[in-house]
Amino acid sequence: MRSITGKQMAAGGAVLALFILLPLVSSPFGQHVMILTFLFAICGVAWNVMGGYAGMFSFGQAAFFGIGAYTSSFLLLTFQVSPWIGLVAGGFISSLLAAAIGYPCSNLPGHYFAIASIAFAEIVRIVFTNWQMVGAAEGLTIPMLKESLAHFMFHSSKLPYYYIVLGFLLLAVAVCYWVSTSKMGYYFRAIKESHEIAQVLGVDVVRYRLYAIMISAFLTSMAGTFYAQYILYIDPDSVMILPISVQIVLVAMLGGAGTVLGPVVGSAVLVPLSEYSRAWLGYKGTGMDMIIYGTLITLISMYRPEGVWGAITNLMRRGK
Amino acid sequence: MSDSLLLDVQGVSKYFGGLQANEDVSFQVKKGEIVSIIGPNGAGKSTLFSCVTGFHRVDKGRVLFKGQDITNRKPHAIVRLGIVRTFQIVQVISDMTVLENVMTGGFLRRTRVEDVRRKAEEVLAFSGLIEKRSYNALELTIADKKRLEVSMALAMEPELLMLDESMAGLTPVELRRIIELIRKVRATAVTVVVEHVMEAVMELSDRVIVLNSGRKIVEGTPKEVVANPEVKRAYLGERYNAVGQ
Repeated sequence: MRSITGKQMAAGGAVLALFILLPLVSSPFGQHVMILTFLFAICGVAWNVMGGYAGMFSFGQAAFFGIGAYTSSFLLLTFQVSPWIGLVAGGFISSLLAAAIGYPCSNLPGHYFAIASIAFAEIVRIVFTNWQMVGAAEGLTIPMLKESLAHFMFHSSKLPYYYIVLGFLLLAVAVCYWVSTSKMGYYFRAIKESHEIAQVLGVDVVRYRLYAIMISAFLTSMAGTFYAQYILYIDPDSVMILPISVQIVLVAMLGGAGTVLGPVVGSAVLVPLSEYSRAWLGYKGTGMDMIIYGTLITLISMYRPEGVWGAITNLMRRGK
Repeated sequence: MSDSLLLDVQGVSKYFGGLQANEDVSFQVKKGEIVSIIGPNGAGKSTLFSCVTGFHRVDKGRVLFKGQDITNRKPHAIVRLGIVRTFQIVQVISDMTVLENVMTGGFLRRTRVEDVRRKAEEVLAFSGLIEKRSYNALELTIADKKRLEVSMALAMEPELLMLDESMAGLTPVELRRIIELIRKVRATAVTVVVEHVMEAVMELSDRVIVLNSGRKIVEGTPKEVVANPEVKRAYLGERYNAVGQ
């Protein structure tokens, strides 16, 4: 029922080929928009594991994004550790922190969990804003190194970043697909329905909620490390603020929560819209870009509450 | 104790603040039996179910399953040992199909998705829902939802199945079908504890336990229980009894 048909495989291959070829004919700004799209798609897919499947609405993903960015940058600056190792280290630190904060929150129902997640992310942001060792409010500047894959740094072109982030996205999608089709995915959906029914079905609710949070934190943290290596400068206000968390939720919800590809579609709609409306209209200072962006979000949530991807799959099903 | 003793509830008490929901309740369930727990609303039946299955903390007393003390263990741990319950208000997973719902139960004993699906289809064939396997769980009638709930429980391969009001609110025809299903379940050597709907209780039970105000007042065969004046009083009140005399 969930197994992939040949047709789907072909469609997936075609989309992948398009993703591989598209940046070759794009402007640098176009490449930049695509990189950001994939970056938020990763975060959306990660959010979806805990929010869409397990029903834990986190509005604090920016904390994990930021910790990923900070861990690799700090290790690189202080100990000359490769960002690739920093990426893994950041993932583990984020996961452990997620588990530590998730455990006491493991019985919090929906809205309260969302509130707790905001509080958690804000605390993390304030700690980093005042923590001298990691640059406090000034943030960290990633030192310039010779460009190479080993250094996770490229100056002459955005293309390597593009393919790396595409690879991360494929990894995130693969993880989400594996989760959604395995025992874990079924248990997550039971937990989302209610803790009571999950317990009746023999689910260790606390443990599976922690699994969801930890997977989500790890993937989000990877995206954070990528961001740091891409922008080469981070501070709490660029990687740990609430608007990042909200954007991640929007990408997943508007794309289609609880579907593997929904957040990717959501990101492909929202990020270019936000970037291009800012590029075309933002400089006028009229706020027109935000108005257009907000209007579209309102329209999607009014008319397609199941998300863009949900709407597409519904249409295809009806077409059959 | 004999080997056939499955569940042994010893003097269980449960308080909600000042309210005694269960007071010193003891009963036993043997392998292969169908035992019914009945009593008027608020008698503490569901509370007792929850105490046995770990959903409520037991304040006093012990619960033994196959000789093992399971008092106040976590619900999921008790489920794993083989006691599966359903809830008074039908609970299914709403964004799943019928088959997926049953599969979620099946993962308790199996990990490979293919094995779990096969088992779930077997169970659905047994419970008569196989035709509706790809319906969304919310599209089912109440009667079918209850049937689904029982199927989910069966996929978990319980030794002791505790059905909380699985027969309430059904039409006579639907009731007949679920009674048949429970008979079939018993035939597979699963022990069942049910409660409440008198018609079903009378027909199915080997033994009936009557609760009133949190206490066990009577235990016996269905016939004995129905003839018992204390049971009549519990259900119909003092005045009925006075008139009867």
